[in-house]
Amino acid sequence: MSERDYSELETNHQFSVLSVPRIHLDVEGIPTVTSDEQVKVESTIEHLLENFLENHELDSTLPLLSRLQIVDFVKHGLSRLSTSYECLDASRTWVCYWNLHSLELLEASIPDETKEAVISFLNLCQSPTGGFGGGPFQYSHLAPTYAAVNALVILQSDVAYKIIDRPNLYHFLMSCRNEDGAFALHVGGEVDVRGTYCAVVVAKLTGIADQKLFSGTSEWILKCQTYEGGFAGTPNQEAHGGYTFCALAALTLLGQESKCNIRCLLRWASNRQMKFEGGFQGRTNKLVDGCYSFWQGALFPLLHFHLAKSDQYSEALDVERWLFNQEALQEYLLVCCQHPFGGLLDKPGRPRDFYHTCYGLSGLSIAQHVNGVVSGRTSVVGSPNNELALTHPVYNLGVNAVMRALNYFNSKPLRT
Amino acid sequence: MAGEESKEPLSDSSDECSDQEPTWIYYRDRPEWNDVVPVELNEGPFPVVSIAYSERFKDIFNYFRAIVLKNEISERAFELTSDALELNPANYTVWQYRRTVLKGLEKNIQKELSFVRRIIEDHPKNYQVWHHRRVLVEWSGDPSSELRLTEIVLAQDAKNYHAWQHRQWVLDTFKLFDHELEFVERLLEDDIRNNSAWNQRYFVVKQTSGFSEDIISRELTFSVNSIKKVCNNESAWNYLRGVLAHYTTGLNGHPVVEELCQFLDENNSESPYYFAFLVDRMEELMQSDASKRQVLLPKADGILQVLATKMDPIRREYWLFLSRYLNSQFAN
Repeated sequence: MSERDYSELETNHQFSVLSVPRIHLDVEGIPTVTSDEQVKVESTIEHLLENFLENHELDSTLPLLSRLQIVDFVKHGLSRLSTSYECLDASRTWVCYWNLHSLELLEASIPDETKEAVISFLNLCQSPTGGFGGGPFQYSHLAPTYAAVNALVILQSDVAYKIIDRPNLYHFLMSCRNEDGAFALHVGGEVDVRGTYCAVVVAKLTGIADQKLFSGTSEWILKCQTYEGGFAGTPNQEAHGGYTFCALAALTLLGQESKCNIRCLLRWASNRQMKFEGGFQGRTNKLVDGCYSFWQGALFPLLHFHLAKSDQYSEALDVERWLFNQEALQEYLLVCCQHPFGGLLDKPGRPRDFYHTCYGLSGLSIAQHVNGVVSGRTSVVGSPNNELALTHPVYNLGVNAVMRALNYFNSKPLRT
Repeated sequence: MAGEESKEPLSDSSDECSDQEPTWIYYRDRPEWNDVVPVELNEGPFPVVSIAYSERFKDIFNYFRAIVLKNEISERAFELTSDALELNPANYTVWQYRRTVLKGLEKNIQKELSFVRRIIEDHPKNYQVWHHRRVLVEWSGDPSSELRLTEIVLAQDAKNYHAWQHRQWVLDTFKLFDHELEFVERLLEDDIRNNSAWNQRYFVVKQTSGFSEDIISRELTFSVNSIKKVCNNESAWNYLRGVLAHYTTGLNGHPVVEELCQFLDENNSESPYYFAFLVDRMEELMQSDASKRQVLLPKADGILQVLATKMDPIRREYWLFLSRYLNSQFAN
């Protein structure tokens, strides 16, 4: 029996095997809805962590990422979805991307027939006036466009790249652009920082970005940084992990990330890691969720990249560690977020789905690999078989896939 | 965030109940639709993310696609969009087309506001319904129901991002800030940890009085009183810092803040937010006054070591980074 420190059981859990002591929320005698919810989640997580520790005594290779089961789940989802997926009928290109990216991270091979079928399907989703809709015959929308382009890039083939109608894609992007540099998600649609991210990524990947498209865009994004340090969907709204990722990634692609308040952003991002659960929350005083493993987790490589370029901060960086607890995040995902039949989830008790599988795995990959310009370090929790392929923190695509696409498209300048 | 994109179904079982309504007639069986040729999806022999649509879903969308292709602006097209939206309120094409029909037929906006309100009640985290509502309010120029609507939605989920976004847009566009601070304070009384409410407070102050010296004092007092009650509430600390960003001498020097630090010190507060705040105060002092560095640097470093090893170990890398940074800037 390994020793456990029970002396501070009320607030501190010295789980002997876990990377870091886990600290419960101190309600301070003033319970509110927020603290009630948080306490409930911590209690569930505590049980799972204790069970895990018991199992670990018998099998020290735990925790284990159930690769085969996840591959099965995701491969099946790439072809057929049940009737209950009608609610995602306007997001089918997303389902393609989520599942292809999961396979990419798991380094599972994708059969040629599947690739061809995906290419055909995505082509059906492309509009003659440019951009992609969530399914065939749907209006173009920046989010499914981002997903479709990403999915094609994962396939790593010229055949896939060629189906993108770049001239019309450019026109579609321009049609979503507002005078101030912000982007609506579709013609007549809502404006928020997701639109900006999707537009910038798609344009940069396919080599069609220019000054006309993005003038004023970084200034608009900067207005979305809040007093807390994170970014909101639109100016004045609450700082939120998903939008913060979109903002920082877009700013990075535009070369303007130094214009935001990096120190405040870093502090906010660091505070998003939950000191009991180990995973990330999306906003201050909200609950942990597996998908934020990527939205928040990816901020750290981006911040690292920026800090490494600054005279002020580069010396202080550790080239082998991101500025968050990589092991605790992996522990949360592997111990608490795996569905028994394969696939990942938000938190225990929630159903599995392709979105959480994609972003859980993406966050896991980031937590496992630190790569600076010169050196780096891999830190895999549990079985060495848990190691995933690298994901690019700006695009959330495999790094090789990104390089291949950038090389292909940048050698073919667009003539509009 | 990928808000609606992540709204995956809760179960894998199909739900055939809706096809069993006695009054439902498929569009393909309606004589008044005889003139329309439905457009079926034909995606080829190899299924890719292929949804097992119910008969009803297929039927409705086959007809919707036909209507859009012929650009039909009519009452029947309008009703068809209602049916389509009941099946998938996240279909932005249907919403956009519906707006085209609404305009084309000059339909009554009030009725449409009621329609979208019902869908918002059932799907409060859907992007399209809130955007539709906003467009309707833009067309009508009438915000009179919006504060009440968002208040009701927030009563069920006090942090609903869409509701807050809509509310902010209404307040700002129509200048309806008169009672908003009261509203925020009520929410904070209900739950002092509601970060959305704190964010709203910042918004109201920013858009009305601005952060003048008087207001800064008032807001600092508010935050400090809150911190004294619940010390480990990050929302209050973030707000405090946000207010101080408008104060000329930053984290040091404001009497309200100095009193807070004294209070927390005397009470042996062990809040990581307090300790982090102290470090930042010291950084500011070391930045502006080199003579203070010799004394403050080891103090700041000491606190960071305590944070990294005992008080907030999950953020160890961050605390150690700050320690290395401060040393690189202020040593010798």
